[in-house]
Amino acid sequence: MEVGAQREATQPMLVVQEETPPVVGVRAKDTEHETEAAAVELVVTQSEVLAPEGRMDYDKLVDLFGCQRIDAALVHRIARLTSRPPHRFLRRGVFFAHRDFNSVLDLHEAGEKFYLFTGMEPSSEALHLSHLIPFMFTKYLQDAFKVPVVIQLCDDASFLRNNNLTVAECKRLARENAKDIIACGFDIQRTFIFTNISYTRGAFYENILEVAKRVTCEDSIGIIGGSQEDNIGIVGFPPVEAAPSLPSSFPHLFPRNDQPRCLIPCAIYRDPFFRMIRDVAPKIGFQKPSLIESKILPALQGEESSKMSASNPNSAIYVTDSPKQIKTMVNKYAFSGGQSSVELHRKLGANLDVDVPIKYLEFFLEDDDEFEHIKKEYKDGRMLTGEVKQRLIAAISEMVSRHQRARAQVTEEMVDAFMELRPLPNMFG
Amino acid sequence: MGYTKDQLLARLQELKIYFTCYDHPVVLTVEEQAKHVGHLGGALSKNLLLKDKKHRLYVISALAGTKVDMKILSQRLGLGKGGLRMAPEENLLEVLQVPLGCVTPFALINESASAVSLLLDQGFKSKQICYFHPLTNDVTIALSSSNLDKFLISFGKQPAYVDLEAAPAVGKDNPPDLAHLVPSGVPNSSEQPVENASHTNVPHHQNNVPKETEVKAIMTISKVQSKGAETSSKVDKPTTNTSVDKFVNDVFDIISPLLSEELKKLDIKKEELSSILDGLRGRADPDLKSIAMTLKNASYTNGFHAGFKTMLHRGLNG
Repeated sequence: MEVGAQREATQPMLVVQEETPPVVGVRAKDTEHETEAAAVELVVTQSEVLAPEGRMDYDKLVDLFGCQRIDAALVHRIARLTSRPPHRFLRRGVFFAHRDFNSVLDLHEAGEKFYLFTGMEPSSEALHLSHLIPFMFTKYLQDAFKVPVVIQLCDDASFLRNNNLTVAECKRLARENAKDIIACGFDIQRTFIFTNISYTRGAFYENILEVAKRVTCEDSIGIIGGSQEDNIGIVGFPPVEAAPSLPSSFPHLFPRNDQPRCLIPCAIYRDPFFRMIRDVAPKIGFQKPSLIESKILPALQGEESSKMSASNPNSAIYVTDSPKQIKTMVNKYAFSGGQSSVELHRKLGANLDVDVPIKYLEFFLEDDDEFEHIKKEYKDGRMLTGEVKQRLIAAISEMVSRHQRARAQVTEEMVDAFMELRPLPNMFG
Repeated sequence: MGYTKDQLLARLQELKIYFTCYDHPVVLTVEEQAKHVGHLGGALSKNLLLKDKKHRLYVISALAGTKVDMKILSQRLGLGKGGLRMAPEENLLEVLQVPLGCVTPFALINESASAVSLLLDQGFKSKQICYFHPLTNDVTIALSSSNLDKFLISFGKQPAYVDLEAAPAVGKDNPPDLAHLVPSGVPNSSEQPVENASHTNVPHHQNNVPKETEVKAIMTISKVQSKGAETSSKVDKPTTNTSVDKFVNDVFDIISPLLSEELKKLDIKKEELSSILDGLRGRADPDLKSIAMTLKNASYTNGFHAGFKTMLHRGLNG
């Protein structure tokens, strides 16, 4: 769930090489998806996402993981069912893969209910743009389908992972992050935010136990990308992050006789993790949660380096940045696919595959026509990198200042209300 | 009897509605019709006469390519899952007064069809020319959807365009979105009642509906009327609407006309006006929605804490 969280060490979550079998807690039946004859090594780690050619091969990843792609027909179906234009993340293929999302749509069409589950691990005071992506999309899903959202703040994981954080500090960070999440525009009448440290008891804890009993230590280590040297707290963590996908974890929201299905918007590299709960849920008597998965926002320096990470300050644009800071970050660090000179650029055009500003515009520029126009002009060499960056700076600044304005209005009382165990009578309305 | 094709065409001409007319042998299906006019570039229509359990009739007029799911339509009209069926032949002959294979929106000009609900495919609006039968199926007339509208309005029928392929969820909290198209049995006040000849343009061929059917029709109408009254009172009951989307729409509905007025004073052309307003709306939308949601959440928060303190104060025994 967490995106770009700080990590002390790079721990491979899934390493696929020619000879060695996969390390992650992947069931035997999944290995059919992992036949890798090619010499290409795809290393997906929790904090670093790399690909040897310098570009994330999402097609390969989807085939490897065995999830399904979201095609134009599915996007059209979503638009039809929700009677509104699809979110730009769907139109641009940012959210591009899924597991059983069609089942959720079938249920919705039949008048059945589902709820959304997403979250993050509070690791730093300020969020960066990458963090916002799953929340922006989840908010859209909430509005479009008129369904409730539960948001999990994994302050416990943050504490267990970071040697320099105390429990009190993690709790505080969680509350601060909650304010940014609320600023994304979640509807308090349909949203429940909770932190693991406060919420782990009662029905939630019972579900944690049910899941924990069905996952071996070895598998759990594989899931978190850890080793025998890790503390048992973090090794025992996966069931905590899995439990919210079981509706009985929220008795104040969902009555015993009406247990809705769960849909989890997340980044694609979380897929192997959620495979665990998809495996376990039916054994406890629940429907498998469905997933809808996104690509990863590359770091400003480009995909060769690493994804946007709080541990590498030059790679991230924060939601607390001023327009001036955004301008500096983009101009100075955003990797350009343009040519080295103006003449050469006008002749050859830009390489859109490696150009970071274009990738960012794909994520953050709303108008499709404008985006297509910029891509064409830039590729044909008529538009220069500077102009593209300028447009990007404007788009991001607008988004960030809107966020800051909304964030400034979030009070401690509002956070308390979002986190209170209150009934949500109109959550499906 | 009902209108004849010639009377209809004469009426269209009187209303200065532009159309073209194609003669062909009698056709009973869209495929057959296509053989004769399909090559001409316009959009063929398929027309269904449907009936619900309370014997109310609906003409569904759609582009030939549109998929019409009767189950979904039935739910959207608030008739439950299996509420719609194909109407029997007698309804075609008695109510629409057209022969078999000739269901057409034009049939609604007949008095006998005044209680029939017409659902038109949204897709017609984007086609320049659409093909319909003008009360007989050895002719096809071609006209634009706006001209069809003109025709319908001339005898008091409000055109209702619907996205026939949409399938919104209908449930406890999602009222059927097409419920307003179910005939209420209250004839439109501008529609010509049988005796009244207020429309001087209309040829005076009144519909001599056989007495029996008249009585039956009146009975069903009055039944439908009382049901209509029931449902409308349900709809009128006020509900607290906390939808941010609706709020933002309402704000634009207030501002747009005011802005239009002022812009018109500056001599801005009508076409530019709507694109200016749309552009403005698109740009203001995210910010407006954001602040509206903030206000909503803040109000809720205040109410929540007030309620909490009240309970503390009062104690749970009240």
